[in-house]
Amino acid sequence: MSDKIIQITEMNKWFGDFQVLKNINLEVEKNKKIVVCGPSGSGKSTLIRCINRLEEHQKGSIIVDGNELTEDTKDIEKIRAEVGMVFQQFNLFPHLSILDNCTLAPIWVKKMPKKDAEELALQHLEKVQIADQANKYPGQLSGGQQQRCAIARALCMEPKIMLFDEPTSALDPEMIKEVLDAMVNLAKAGMTMIVVTHEMGFAKEVADEVIFMDEGMIVERAETKEFFANPKSDRTKLFLSQIL
Amino acid sequence: MNKLNFLQPDKNNLYSYLFTGVILVSLSIFIVFLNSFFSLDLLSFLPGTISFFLPLIIGFMGLHLIRIEYSGLKFLDVVNKNINTNSFNAFLSLLIIFVVIKSLPPLLSWFILDASIAGDSKDVCTGTGACWTYIKIWFNRFMYGMYPNAEQWRINLSFIALAFLGTIGFFATEKFKKYLTLYYVVVYPIIAFFFIFFFISGGPIFFDFSYGIIAAVLSIIIGFFIPPKFKMYYFIIVPITLYILLKYVFFYEELIELGKLEALEWVETGAWGGLSLTFIVSFFCLIFCFPIGLFLSLGRRSDFPIIKYISIGMIEFWRGVPLITVLFMSSVMFPMFLPEDMFIDKLVRVIIAISLFEAAYVAEVIRGGLQALPRGQYDAAKSLGMGYWKMHILVILPQALKLVIPGIANTFLALVKDTPLIFVVGLLEIVGMLNLAKTNPEWLGFAMEGYVFASVLFFIICYAMSKYSYNLEQKYKTER
Repeated sequence: MSDKIIQITEMNKWFGDFQVLKNINLEVEKNKKIVVCGPSGSGKSTLIRCINRLEEHQKGSIIVDGNELTEDTKDIEKIRAEVGMVFQQFNLFPHLSILDNCTLAPIWVKKMPKKDAEELALQHLEKVQIADQANKYPGQLSGGQQQRCAIARALCMEPKIMLFDEPTSALDPEMIKEVLDAMVNLAKAGMTMIVVTHEMGFAKEVADEVIFMDEGMIVERAETKEFFANPKSDRTKLFLSQIL
Repeated sequence: MNKLNFLQPDKNNLYSYLFTGVILVSLSIFIVFLNSFFSLDLLSFLPGTISFFLPLIIGFMGLHLIRIEYSGLKFLDVVNKNINTNSFNAFLSLLIIFVVIKSLPPLLSWFILDASIAGDSKDVCTGTGACWTYIKIWFNRFMYGMYPNAEQWRINLSFIALAFLGTIGFFATEKFKKYLTLYYVVVYPIIAFFFIFFFISGGPIFFDFSYGIIAAVLSIIIGFFIPPKFKMYYFIIVPITLYILLKYVFFYEELIELGKLEALEWVETGAWGGLSLTFIVSFFCLIFCFPIGLFLSLGRRSDFPIIKYISIGMIEFWRGVPLITVLFMSSVMFPMFLPEDMFIDKLVRVIIAISLFEAAYVAEVIRGGLQALPRGQYDAAKSLGMGYWKMHILVILPQALKLVIPGIANTFLALVKDTPLIFVVGLLEIVGMLNLAKTNPEWLGFAMEGYVFASVLFFIICYAMSKYSYNLEQKYKTER
């Protein structure tokens, strides 16, 4: 129990009449890196959005770090503060400078003194190598820089889990590498990560396990080497043959 | 030398074309100028229609001749680019120039040359121009309404004090500004309202309230020296403490005595009027309608059905009825629902009515801004652990409000220009005073001057507001 940081059992989710997620069972242990892949529309993004309840599930249970996700909003905010998320479209706050983007939540949600928050933010910005851009606004940065800033922003809350929702899909090929490097560093530092991505190179390098999803179901879950070396289901084989 | 082709002027004979063209254009303008300013018709030897159109034709030919692209002469290129790009534009430009020249003399003569301003009775206004004497004599009434002359310093002082409290924000440090904003939105409107209201209306009640005013002013001044850490609490605790101290410890006896001896004369709100009333009504409606509108717009998007439908109901109700009926009801119907011994001043009711009315418009403008924000902003704020209020105050509203500055400015300008409608409840701000003055038997027939005067004042106010909103827009621009 103690090292299972996320436990999803029998989880179902509908958008209206359409069932997006069917009977999802997933357990993630602490410090594990999981890559979720699959064709678009397979429910990968919805799955990880459910983990910090940006989407509500209708059936089953999700337990994050010992807290079950329910309708009680106070709890959810606490859980969200421990689960960092990085989005496909970066979603930086355009009216704030890079530094303020990073310090906003620590100051107002964690009640951290401003000085400490800025120090922490600069540390994390240093890690993703954009500390020199701290006083610029998001609109002045490239996509890759923005995404790295988004990673730093999430890290500033010192989360226990990091969720990545296709972090490189909206980037130019040249910028993908700098973002992936930041993620690899993060993985090596021992963060628990769930990454939705199509970057199979990244999966091979850092993932402990790979999950393949299709039509709202987890089709296959395997250790990384096993997954790429001999995938079991035909659907996985087909997908891998197309993407590799 | 190349052959001159007057149908297709080119660069080769630039100066020949330029010379002829400029002469033709000048000639046409000169003819119209003489005609307009000195009533001299140089073309009177020609039949009527031709002499009327000839300047246009000459000018058109002239502009055609100087329409030479890339001539190398900077001034010529600028002129061509701006008023002379093709035949149609040349024609329009000429027409506009002629209309301006034609309309200048009558305007000048009405406003200045034939106008009279000396003297203090209608008799001096014998000329054909405007009678500014009328404005001069009635000036006090237009500014202060029926407010007693001897007491008008109170209005002036109130506005100076208001301006003083308002401008503190400009000189505050960045750190202090954050708290001032809170102060301006929550505490300041109420203090300012009571300050102006009780000070201008006067009477013993003013002295009871003066503690509050002194407390407020003192608390702002002390505020500069308080470490930022405590400022949140400071703005709530200090004014109240000061108020209590002042009222019950320090000045109580003295001020009561003072109040008995020389209470400010009571001036009922019905006597207020003129431009000062315009300012009072629009100022307070502006600062009250904004927060109300903000909450209505958030309420309309709320997940709680009760809040949502109340907000929708409020917005649709106030948007659906004409302002004039709202004002009428506020003064006639509303008192019927109050207990008999309860009395709310007419002006206060009007301010509340207009505030609610405009709040509905502000709400919809702000909702437009909220909807323009991508959903990702909400997701990002939520994923960082922010609750509803933190998300809105820190992330959503700053962006949404920035987007809707032009829309809000629009609504505010409309509000200022709607204030004359308060005449239906018997309050006479500047346009109301004009209407009153023009029916004065001694001063019949000067409505025109009055309306021109009011238009100029309204234009100045509104233009200043729109300039300010534009500056705000520029100030908060962070994208690229």
